[in-house]
Amino acid sequence: MSSNSRRNFLRNTAALTGGALASSASAAPLQIPQANQEPGRVIDETAYGMPSKFEAHVKRRRTDVFKNRQNLSDWSMTPLQYQPGIITPNGLIFERHHAGTPDIDPKTHKLVIHGMVKQPLEFAMDDLTRYPSVSRFHFHECSGNGLTDWLKPASTTVQQTHGLLSGVLWTGVPASTLLEEAGIDPKGKWVLFEGADSSAHARSIPLEKVLDDTIIAYAMNGEALRPENGYPVRVVIPGWEGNVSVKWLRRMKVGDQPWHLRSETARYTDPMPDGKWRQFSMVMECKSVITSPSGGQKLKGPGFYEITGLAWSGAGKVRAVDISTDGGKTWREAKLEEPIMDKCLTRFKAAWTWDGQPAVLMSRAVDSTGYVQPSVAEIQKKRAIVGFVQHHNAIQPWAINAGGEVRNVIGQA
Amino acid sequence: MSSARLKSGFAIVAGSLTVLSCANVGGGGAPAKSSTGIWMGSAGPHAVQPLPDKPRFGKPISEADVAAWNIDIRTSDGQGLPAGSGSVSQGQQVYAAKCAACHGADAKGGPVYGTMVGGIGSFKGSPRVLTPGSMYPYAPILFDYIRRSMPMDRPQTLSNDEVYALSAYLLNLNGLVPANAVMNAQSLPQVQMPNRDGFLLDDRPDTQATRCMTNCK
Repeated sequence: MSSNSRRNFLRNTAALTGGALASSASAAPLQIPQANQEPGRVIDETAYGMPSKFEAHVKRRRTDVFKNRQNLSDWSMTPLQYQPGIITPNGLIFERHHAGTPDIDPKTHKLVIHGMVKQPLEFAMDDLTRYPSVSRFHFHECSGNGLTDWLKPASTTVQQTHGLLSGVLWTGVPASTLLEEAGIDPKGKWVLFEGADSSAHARSIPLEKVLDDTIIAYAMNGEALRPENGYPVRVVIPGWEGNVSVKWLRRMKVGDQPWHLRSETARYTDPMPDGKWRQFSMVMECKSVITSPSGGQKLKGPGFYEITGLAWSGAGKVRAVDISTDGGKTWREAKLEEPIMDKCLTRFKAAWTWDGQPAVLMSRAVDSTGYVQPSVAEIQKKRAIVGFVQHHNAIQPWAINAGGEVRNVIGQA
Repeated sequence: MSSARLKSGFAIVAGSLTVLSCANVGGGGAPAKSSTGIWMGSAGPHAVQPLPDKPRFGKPISEADVAAWNIDIRTSDGQGLPAGSGSVSQGQQVYAAKCAACHGADAKGGPVYGTMVGGIGSFKGSPRVLTPGSMYPYAPILFDYIRRSMPMDRPQTLSNDEVYALSAYLLNLNGLVPANAVMNAQSLPQVQMPNRDGFLLDDRPDTQATRCMTNCK
C-alpha cells in the first residue's frame, strides 16, 4: 500500500466509523463575510424591533386542517417547532376569539365589579396599574388544542397539532385584591367574567379559584397586552382552559350559583359515552409534546440529535418526562431544564443517536400529583371521541422513516 | 405580610426563577375542589396572595349605573331576564331580517353556520348534532346568548322584545313550544329542555395511565 493510498484508506475508514456521530467532510477555506466589510444599519430614532428578515417563516397561522367558513370566531396557532425555551414571544402567542379583536382605548376602558359585593366598584386602567403588581409565569392553552388529531393524523406540524399553547409571563393585580376592596358577600360562590368584545364572551368561575391565583393582567412578557390577547386588560386563570381567561375584561360579577351560559353548556363541555356531557372541566391536565424532531421536519441523516419538547400541567408542576424512540415499547427519563414552575411550560431534553432506521418518538409527562399523561386509547376508555372533542392531553407520536422525514402518526403508533 | 416582604418577593421573580415554585400539597390554602364541587387543580397555599397594603382605587358605582352592562342571565332559573315579550311569529320576522343570511332559512344552516334545529336524541350516536334544542339545558341560554353576541355584525342592538321573539321562534322550530307561544321573563324559564339532565360535573382525573418503562406494548 503506497503512502498515498494508505492516507486515503485511513480517511475513508474514519469517514465510515465516525460518520454516524460527526460530520466528516472538511470545511472549505473561509472567506471574509460581506457583513464584516460594510457598515450595518443605523439605529432609528425610535423603533419597535422586529425579527430578522430571515426568520419570516416563523409565524402564527390559522388552522390548515379545519375549514372555517368565516374568521371572526377563529384561531391561530403558535409555531412551537421554532420556539426554544419556555416563553412565547408576544407576536407568536396563539389567538382564539369569538368575534374578532377589538381596538379598545385604555383611557376610556372601565372594569366593573358588582353583584354580591358590599360596594360595586369601577376601575379605570390607571387605577389598576397603580396597585402593586404581581408577575407569574404560566402556560396558556386552549381546551381545543389537538381536537383535529385524536384517532388519525390530520395535522402535519406541531404548530397545527399543539399550537394552541403558549408560555407567558403575566403581570397584573391579584383578582382577590380588587374583590376584597369591593367586599365579597359571604354567600358569594362564583364570579362571572365578561369581555368588552363583540361576543361579550363570559364564563362562571368558582370564587375559590379566583381568590387562589387569578390575575387581572394588563401586561405580558414585559409589555402591554397585545390587542389580540386582551388589551388593555384581561383575566388570567392559571392552569385552566384558555377560554375562561376572558380577554378585554369589562365586568366581574359575584353570584351564589354558576350562570350556565352557552359557553359552559353547549360549548366547552366534553362528550361522555352515555350521551352526557362533562361540565366545568376547566383544569388542563398534564401533557407533553416533542417539538424537535416533530412533524414536517427532516433529519439530516444518522447521528446525534437532541430530542426536546414541552411539558406542562394545570394541576401543578411537571415532575418527570419520559421519552420513547421505539413507539412506546421502552422509555427513558428525559432531563428537565430549570426553571420548573407551577402551571408553567417546562422544557425537556434527551440525547439520541439515530441509527437511520425507522423510529417512532413519543413523550410522556408526569405531574406533581403523580398523574401520568395518558394515550388516546386510555382516554377513549372513559370519554366519547366524537365531533370536536376538547381536552386532548394524550401522548403524541412522531414517526421517522429511513429518509429522516418526520410524520404525525397519532392513532397509528 | 409586610410591604417590604412583598416587594422582595417580586424581586425573587425577576432574579431567581427556581425560587418561584410553590408547594402543591399541604398548607392551609386552596383546596383541590371548590365548595361547589369544581375540580380546581390546586391544592396548596394560595399562589397569589391579596396585596397587604390595601390601597383602594375603585370608584363606587351604583347597580343602577351598571344596568347597560348588566346583561347576564342566570339561565337555570332565569334570574336577570328583563321585561318584554315576543311571539313565535314575531321571531320569524326578526329571524328573516337579521339572522337568515348566516344561519339559513328556517335555521337549518346557511353559508356560515350549521343547523340550529333538531339533534334531539342524537347524543348516543355519532355525529352528535348540537343545536339549542338538543344541547341547551335551560331555555334562557337563548336569551342570554342572542342578546350578548348576536347578530354577529351588530350585537347588543336587538330590543328585549326581539330577543324574546327569536327565543320563541327557535324553540318552536325545535318542537319545544307551540306556534302560539309567547316568551317573557315568566314563560321562558318554564320551557322544559330535553338536555336538562344531560350534564355531569367534572369528575377527572379519569384516566389511570402508569409509568411503564420496558416491555410496554
